[in-house]
Amino acid sequence: MKVKTPSKLEKILAAGHLAVTSECGPPRGTDMEVIVEKANLIKDHVDAINITDNQTSVTRMCSLAACIRLKLMGLEPVLQMVTRDRNRIALQSDILGAAAFDIYNILCLSGDHQSFGDCPTGQNVHDIDSMQLIQTVRHMRDDGKFLGGDDIKRPPQMFVGAAANPFADPFEIRVPRLAKKIAAGVEFIQTQCIYDIDKFELWMKMAQDRGLLEKVAILAGVTPFKSVGMARYMKNRVPGIEVPDEMVKRMADTPKEKQPEEGIKICIESIQRLKEIEGVRGFHIMAIEWEEMVPKMVEKSGLYPRPSVE
Amino acid sequence: MIVADKKPIEEIIEEIKEHEKILILGCNECVTVCEAGGKKEVGVLASALRMYFLNQGREVKIDEVTLERQCDHEYLEEIRDVMDQYDAVVSIACGVGVQFMAEKYHDTPIYPGVNTCFMGVTEKRGLWTERCQGCGDCILARTGGICPVSRCAKRIFNGPCGGSVKGSCEINKEIDCAWQLIVERLKALNRLDDYEELSPLKDWSTDRAGGPRKVVREDVQE
Repeated sequence: MKVKTPSKLEKILAAGHLAVTSECGPPRGTDMEVIVEKANLIKDHVDAINITDNQTSVTRMCSLAACIRLKLMGLEPVLQMVTRDRNRIALQSDILGAAAFDIYNILCLSGDHQSFGDCPTGQNVHDIDSMQLIQTVRHMRDDGKFLGGDDIKRPPQMFVGAAANPFADPFEIRVPRLAKKIAAGVEFIQTQCIYDIDKFELWMKMAQDRGLLEKVAILAGVTPFKSVGMARYMKNRVPGIEVPDEMVKRMADTPKEKQPEEGIKICIESIQRLKEIEGVRGFHIMAIEWEEMVPKMVEKSGLYPRPSVE
Repeated sequence: MIVADKKPIEEIIEEIKEHEKILILGCNECVTVCEAGGKKEVGVLASALRMYFLNQGREVKIDEVTLERQCDHEYLEEIRDVMDQYDAVVSIACGVGVQFMAEKYHDTPIYPGVNTCFMGVTEKRGLWTERCQGCGDCILARTGGICPVSRCAKRIFNGPCGGSVKGSCEINKEIDCAWQLIVERLKALNRLDDYEELSPLKDWSTDRAGGPRKVVREDVQE
């Protein structure tokens, strides 16, 4: 498969390997060592590292600065960018800024509503939406032009990703929505955390039936439970996440001190099952503030060592 | 209609407490329908203020007038002859009426008595909900007659986002997900295939973003 950008993630997928990505949240302050430490914990076990963009609308160090830091460490960042906080001028400007540091991956998102964060009285922008951001990056890269029509000197070279949630409602348009993102130009997808594997498999089957899986690389999203409390929280409180009752019960039936271990075990089993699903091209491991467990999960899932690509 | 909600009386008192001759000015249009600024509410507010000043031991003249509209010259002119009797007006029309009053009666302080909220509908008495933000470039033909600008918390044009759960918006279970409604409506119209058409980047220049707007219709001007 021919690659379109210098992205390591794209090359790994094009070579037919199962890709592994993970993510780090920037600090609520200016200490860049936080990101450096998190990245060092996982760098040998993943192909690329997402840096979140003010996730859950809580103000943090910007994704771009942290991505630049990873790049300077010789790592492969995925710049997450939400349309909540920036209009089309700022989005294009930040894309250029990232590209100037040879950041080769971007994940286009709309972002959680600001009411969840530390500035609930603030405005949201939403000048464009996540699909239109995908179109914007592709336009800047492939046509070498700004949205306004002018030429870009040294256009960005970015492998373009987006999120997909196979579990959100209404279910009947989840696959058409994926088709729409593909039509917009998305090249890889990192899914929402998958716990209900049967439902995910159904979604993949429906996508396969429409021939979508040849057009986009699906990285299955997984997040280990640290405790039964977290499992319940994910099930009941996080919009768009489905956790089967038996999974919560399995955590609840485990003694408290053994729950973290059980959570990791469940996650590894999930990866093993997901590997068998046709069209799964890799994994996105979201170990929320638990980065130190990523190497173990990657190794036990048979995803280590990571391939090297030219 | 334009939907407004009453301001807390303490806030109104704080604004007008130094005045001695006050006109409470209602409007017989939208704010009457949403029971925030019509003749009835003028009476209620005037009575409450009289009571307040009486308790303060102050003699303050409080009169009541409700105009047909506060957004047209001809109705605002109806009170020109009596305006010199007042040193302040509390308008409980929408923000449009308050401002038009202030423009017309340049040297009289005009205070708002309501918070102007949105353009919406009466779902039932006591429940009004938003439908339109006046973006100036209506796309309802493409979205099955349901507006993502006014009804989606992220005004997403290619929705729904990942936060749509069982028909509700992620920010509040009481709020319908606009895109769930759009999908249901497209289905009812047998047009679900239209869902897959990518909505282009919106031209916001006709919206607030483009600056204060005007509609000029020379064909109807006199």
